[in-house]
Amino acid sequence: MTTFLRKRIVSSAIPLVVVVLGVFILARLTGNPVDLYLPLSATAEQRAAFSAEHGFDQPILVQLWDYLGQVVQLDFGESLRTGQPAAEMVLEAFPATLQLAAVTMLIAIVGAVLIGSLAAYRPNSLADRTSSFLSMTAASIPDFWFAIMGVLVFGVSLGILPTSGVTGGPEVWVLPIATLLIRPFGVLVQVVRGSMVAALSAPYVKVARGKGASEKRVVFGHALRNATMPVLTVAGDLTIGLVNGAVVVETIFGWPGIGKLMIDSILQRDFAVLQAAVLLTAVTIFLLNILIDVCYALLDARVRQAVPA
Amino acid sequence: MTATLERPDGTVAAPKRPPRWWLLLGKDKMAAVAAVVLGLVLLTALAGPLLLGDAATRQDLDASLRPPSFDHGITGLLGTDILGRSVLARLVEAAGTTLSVAMPAVLFSLVVGSAIGMWAGYHGGRRENIAMRVADVILSFPSLLLAVVVLYVFTPSVANIVFILALARIPIYLRTARAEAAELKSRLFVDAARTFGTASWPTIYRHILPIAMPTLLTVATLDFCFVMLSESSLSFLGIGIQPPDVSWGLMVAQGRQFLQTAWWIAVLPGVAIVLTTVSATILAAWVRLATDPAQRWRLTLPTSKRGKRRVTTEVTA
Repeated sequence: MTTFLRKRIVSSAIPLVVVVLGVFILARLTGNPVDLYLPLSATAEQRAAFSAEHGFDQPILVQLWDYLGQVVQLDFGESLRTGQPAAEMVLEAFPATLQLAAVTMLIAIVGAVLIGSLAAYRPNSLADRTSSFLSMTAASIPDFWFAIMGVLVFGVSLGILPTSGVTGGPEVWVLPIATLLIRPFGVLVQVVRGSMVAALSAPYVKVARGKGASEKRVVFGHALRNATMPVLTVAGDLTIGLVNGAVVVETIFGWPGIGKLMIDSILQRDFAVLQAAVLLTAVTIFLLNILIDVCYALLDARVRQAVPA
Repeated sequence: MTATLERPDGTVAAPKRPPRWWLLLGKDKMAAVAAVVLGLVLLTALAGPLLLGDAATRQDLDASLRPPSFDHGITGLLGTDILGRSVLARLVEAAGTTLSVAMPAVLFSLVVGSAIGMWAGYHGGRRENIAMRVADVILSFPSLLLAVVVLYVFTPSVANIVFILALARIPIYLRTARAEAAELKSRLFVDAARTFGTASWPTIYRHILPIAMPTLLTVATLDFCFVMLSESSLSFLGIGIQPPDVSWGLMVAQGRQFLQTAWWIAVLPGVAIVLTTVSATILAAWVRLATDPAQRWRLTLPTSKRGKRRVTTEVTA
């Protein structure tokens, strides 16, 4: 188990490093932020002083070396916009996104397991065909459009839900979560259905039935346990993809999360904040991958034994 | 050298061909409707601009924010935007833009991803490892953010959007193609080809590609959705298609500020996106069945019986 984990940690750390380096270099290629932060009338000396103060006049490799040196000391620099430490801004925004993502994935997984199992129990029944069509549609609706329709119907026409902001009761959560939920939910229902159809026709299900296990136990105890692996893989990928949705949802609903922070800092060339946000996202995804691997190993003895080379 | 069977009476039976694909499509109503919708979108994108001329860019401030009605000819059918431009004409124009981003991106990632994937899977070893690691790196980061950063650096032109969307989707084909090739490379007919001295690329092209193709095509059909949605999200965020060009995502973004006064500007492009992507998803599900020799028979049954035979006999047995 520890060998397995150690290997997985090493191979998951490579993408982490590449992504952080890549974003550092790409962000530098967007140009010197001097033009954005100093007035047009700034003299050449003022520009040079600004560049020197933030290190933008150094070669990119020197900047990278300095940056890595600072990161090791947990110093992520300061925002060009507000002068606040970047780490502070990112850590303030992070919980908002994390809460959204956690609630969304919880609802998506529980709901998809119930509906997907129901659909798979009688393949091609009316319930199966309805849920297949609805889940395909859900997975293909553009999230930004769904959000706007939500605002139009529930915010503008009916006036029962707030259209932006985080202050207020639980109703502020409804539209953002519904928007984030729709795609992962649609995809997961299809995955659960697919792997449950396969699991329910497997020999061990016949054995369980033959031994007189109750239908509930056959479906949720025997079949579902074995159908979990593909669901877990896809759920992991969808959680990574949830950051995409978070960018859109947070922009539309003015949700002060990390997606909005990243978009804003790209548009304003606020490198320190962008890098801190990307680093935190990458670390979170890294931890998530490790967590999924642990779940694999706990669920399936074969994974524990066969350590990939 | 084709394998034929000689019947006792001396006549030669033709090898049994699988049913024609359009006959299979006709049996599945949902898939047929989806194919027709996609065909119409394609036709609109190709022929629409020729029929409507410059209606998509013609401004008429007197006709600003006119709701959908039958009173103003075909261009007024779906209403007008703030500058009095016909929403219908702009939808048609945007269909072209959207497809001209999505189709090259899907084709590019399909070709490049499959080629690298089959090469990696066929050879195995270090080449396989490197290819898979690179795919992991690309997949382990939210594609939209990567696209935002890259498009901000290299200006959001159509070519750049196609390139970055294709790059983000290459790993999907790479993984699928690698898995297929790794499984096929030890099969007898591939061994035979290798024994006769066929070089690696001809082997991949003639013996592995034909078998991996149906799976790859299914992935591509499904991916078409994803690429379309990505493009419209980027355009919506303001880093995709730029005005004066028009795409469905951009139209939703432009209509957002008129949500209370002119709902049709934001609603209709979204409906167009949903129709196209849902059709592509349904068609992908059909392609998956129709190209799988072990599953194809299901499509020849009436809908009410489909899927029951194998599954229920085993479940209730």
